[in-house]
Amino acid sequence: MRLEILNTGYKFGTKLLFGVIKLFSGYPLPDAAKLVFYRPDFYGNPAKQFTQRAMRGPSSWSVGDRELMAAYVSRINECSFCIKAHSAVSAGAYHDRAKVDDVLNDIENAQIVPGLRATLVMLGKLTREHKINADDIRTVIAAGVNAEQIEDALAICFAFNITNRLADAFGFNVPSDDAFEAGAKYLLKRGYA
Amino acid sequence: MDFKQLYQQLIDRILTGTGKSTLQQRQQAFNNSGLPQPLNSLIEKVAHEAYKITDRDIAAAKEAGVTEDQLFELIICGAVGQASRQYESGLSALAEVVREGGRHAS
Repeated sequence: MRLEILNTGYKFGTKLLFGVIKLFSGYPLPDAAKLVFYRPDFYGNPAKQFTQRAMRGPSSWSVGDRELMAAYVSRINECSFCIKAHSAVSAGAYHDRAKVDDVLNDIENAQIVPGLRATLVMLGKLTREHKINADDIRTVIAAGVNAEQIEDALAICFAFNITNRLADAFGFNVPSDDAFEAGAKYLLKRGYA
Repeated sequence: MDFKQLYQQLIDRILTGTGKSTLQQRQQAFNNSGLPQPLNSLIEKVAHEAYKITDRDIAAAKEAGVTEDQLFELIICGAVGQASRQYESGLSALAEVVREGGRHAS
């Protein structure tokens, strides 16, 4: 990463933990995971709590849908690390890689339900233009999505608009596809907490 | 905790808690407004085109005397600030529609 403190500035116990994770998983801890261990009381801990609530807390969106929203927001922000990371998690949750690729390549023609498509399009607009209006919300509701689901989706959008920016500003290393698959398995099993 | 509390907890921590940069600098990074150069350009990129940030952008800030811990904080504040403006735009659009729904129902 571009800040040396994010590569080597961790406490002894944290470095030990990184070593153990590498030993058991076969891969170094991804930079997204390392970041939240650096001075965790400043950003890592409160950010993890919000992200865990958004991605794994109570919601009528499935984990696959939520990870797809994360991947789609990342796609709009052109954040390579997060696109790969969260498309792998979404594909794992859905057991369907093609569905995720279709959405990221061509949202209008992807085979997904209208409510999910309308929600993704709305999150895409919010991410690209930094604002939306009541008409954008009405379009999503007309596609069959309720207010609570929209609130849940907006929270995911918030979390990943932060993470995408940090990934690109700090310069997260983009590892091999195999490493992302291993990371996806971890996030499906353990979440973000 | 609900989203509102978790959101406020994050914002309060980065903007009002202890840190290596000043509270004013963190608020300026969050607002993407008022920081001296070259920090101002770096935070503008964080807010609007983070994928274009290069090693040179970070090096320029360090050469101007900003420490890595300060950069860590200010980049986070810049990222959270932009995401929060989006989030609040989305939440207020949603609230507007929910209020209309309530009026129609009554």
